[in-house]
Amino acid sequence: MNLALRDIRYHRGRFILTSIGLGLLLGVVISMGGIYRGLFADALAVLQQTGADLWVVQKNTNGPFAESSRIPEDLKYRIKGVPGVAEASPLSFQTIQIDRNGKPFRFFLIGYESNGFGGPGQIIAGRQIRQKHYEMVAAKAMKLQLGERLHLGQHDYTVVGITGKVVSSSGDPAAYVTLSDAQDIQFKKDNDAIRNYRSRIGADLERDPALSPAQGAVLAGKIGAATESTHTVNTVVARLAPGADLAEVKQRISRWNHLHPISNQEQRVILTKGMIEKARMQLGLFRIILLTISAVIIALIIYTSTLDKLKVIATLKLIGSQNRVIVGMILQQSLLMGVIAYGIGYLLILATYENFPRRIVLEAFDLWALFVIVMVICTLSSFVGIRKALKVEPAEALGG
Amino acid sequence: MYAVEVENLTKIYGSGETAVTAIAEATLQVKPGELVAILGPSGSGKTTLLTAIGLINEPSFGRVVIDGVTVADGGWVAGVDLKRLRREKLGFIFQAHNLIPFLTAMENVMIALEINGLSGREAKGRASELLAALNLGHRLHNYPCALSGGEAQRVAIARALANRPKVILADEPTAALDTDNGTNVMGLLKTLAVENHSAILVVTHDQRMVQGFDRIFQVRDGRIIQEER
Repeated sequence: MNLALRDIRYHRGRFILTSIGLGLLLGVVISMGGIYRGLFADALAVLQQTGADLWVVQKNTNGPFAESSRIPEDLKYRIKGVPGVAEASPLSFQTIQIDRNGKPFRFFLIGYESNGFGGPGQIIAGRQIRQKHYEMVAAKAMKLQLGERLHLGQHDYTVVGITGKVVSSSGDPAAYVTLSDAQDIQFKKDNDAIRNYRSRIGADLERDPALSPAQGAVLAGKIGAATESTHTVNTVVARLAPGADLAEVKQRISRWNHLHPISNQEQRVILTKGMIEKARMQLGLFRIILLTISAVIIALIIYTSTLDKLKVIATLKLIGSQNRVIVGMILQQSLLMGVIAYGIGYLLILATYENFPRRIVLEAFDLWALFVIVMVICTLSSFVGIRKALKVEPAEALGG
Repeated sequence: MYAVEVENLTKIYGSGETAVTAIAEATLQVKPGELVAILGPSGSGKTTLLTAIGLINEPSFGRVVIDGVTVADGGWVAGVDLKRLRREKLGFIFQAHNLIPFLTAMENVMIALEINGLSGREAKGRASELLAALNLGHRLHNYPCALSGGEAQRVAIARALANRPKVILADEPTAALDTDNGTNVMGLLKTLAVENHSAILVVTHDQRMVQGFDRIFQVRDGRIIQEER
């Protein structure tokens, strides 16, 4: 006869409520683990989506995700010419926050060349960008409809396609436009600003006694054209030809004084060890704290439940019950509570994780590891009750 | 052979100036099938005597023999498995029935049998038989909280009898019952003593309940002062 199950059957209301409470706590632990993994997945989402072997960025920066990096767009031709590089494509990244329906609407805008790579992957609705301007592919998480228009910079952009879950390292969903559109959105000034800027340059040059008025006018035109150029990108990504030596390609590019080539592996380290490490550590700490709280709660529940059963335990001892029967009852109840609470927590998160604002990634290894940890906690926690139970004297069953 | 033999049994609690002698030099023998009462007021030492015979309370001095096995001789005898002896040779009935609240009447009897090594099926059969014999056939699946005081005590008796023990020890078995139920329980114990050939020792302070007992021991201040037949 299984005494643990009989006790649970009799006190099922109390047991279920306790398990639900504990299950909610374990659900939070599971979700923390999912967020922990999600941070990692989010951080690498653009990296994986781009599929580049090399990220060429501004010298002395760890761009384009960790730091600001600006390099000329036409560097793509020079990088393409490096032996071992199969293809190179410029990309621009920017985080945008606009007002939409009266609420802040934040996303990560990626500009790419439609004949290059680094654009949206699988399109789950609509189509890829076909026109050079004013079309946009948005991640599903942005909850935009096909045909919907967003005003960015000086123009409206129409959503023509929906892609899967691509987000920035900070978890903002990604949208794609052509590189020229992205550059316009990021750098192009409106006409008033341009006029104002040109007149300031003109006035400065007019005052320069070393220049004649004609020279000043020519220089003003040249400076204006140079500063109004939007042909700047954050990175040029490259894919290597089969058999090419990554180190050699990196070395060749490094020789150009103003560039810093970063391998895909180095970029992963920058993203995971640098940018999200603190957040991951914080979440890890929360998980440990929550697991400790769970352990204390389980121990307390098992201990009080044992105190409730002292007379029963004394009676069992009096009628000659072996210690293993009593230990088994307490241990099984503790483990069963752990299993049920874990199941409740798991089902809760499974049913809700897609609605979390940040990505939750539930990995089988994490779930099994947590299950084993919960079982260990339940076993250790039950020792408190078992210790108490083993100290009970059979004589305590006597009397009123 | 006696079912229970007690010789010069003494139990002292504490030591030095604070030592209290709960029972002193008690001697008694009980034959199988005999119904014996230990009478005495509260604090007289009768429960201490019962717990020493029940292998719960280690005697300070003296000898205790259960069904031919010497279990105590100036303290527990080394190598004697007290739990096993309690399981196989002793049955206990308590003042407050002490049924396990989360087990049904039948399961309360089954647990004693399963602890003693019977399979679930065998235990179920024997428990049903016993409870039916005690007119509780209709209460098999009721929890103790749904039983009357008399019914609960009869379930406790069924549990005590489950392993056909040589000795049944009852500590104030009628204290929580009204007179009618108390008389019924005592009547039942008398019948069982005869039918099962078990020695039954009943501790009580209620003289009215021991009518028809084979022997009655009076205990006062830790000493057996009188034996009546």
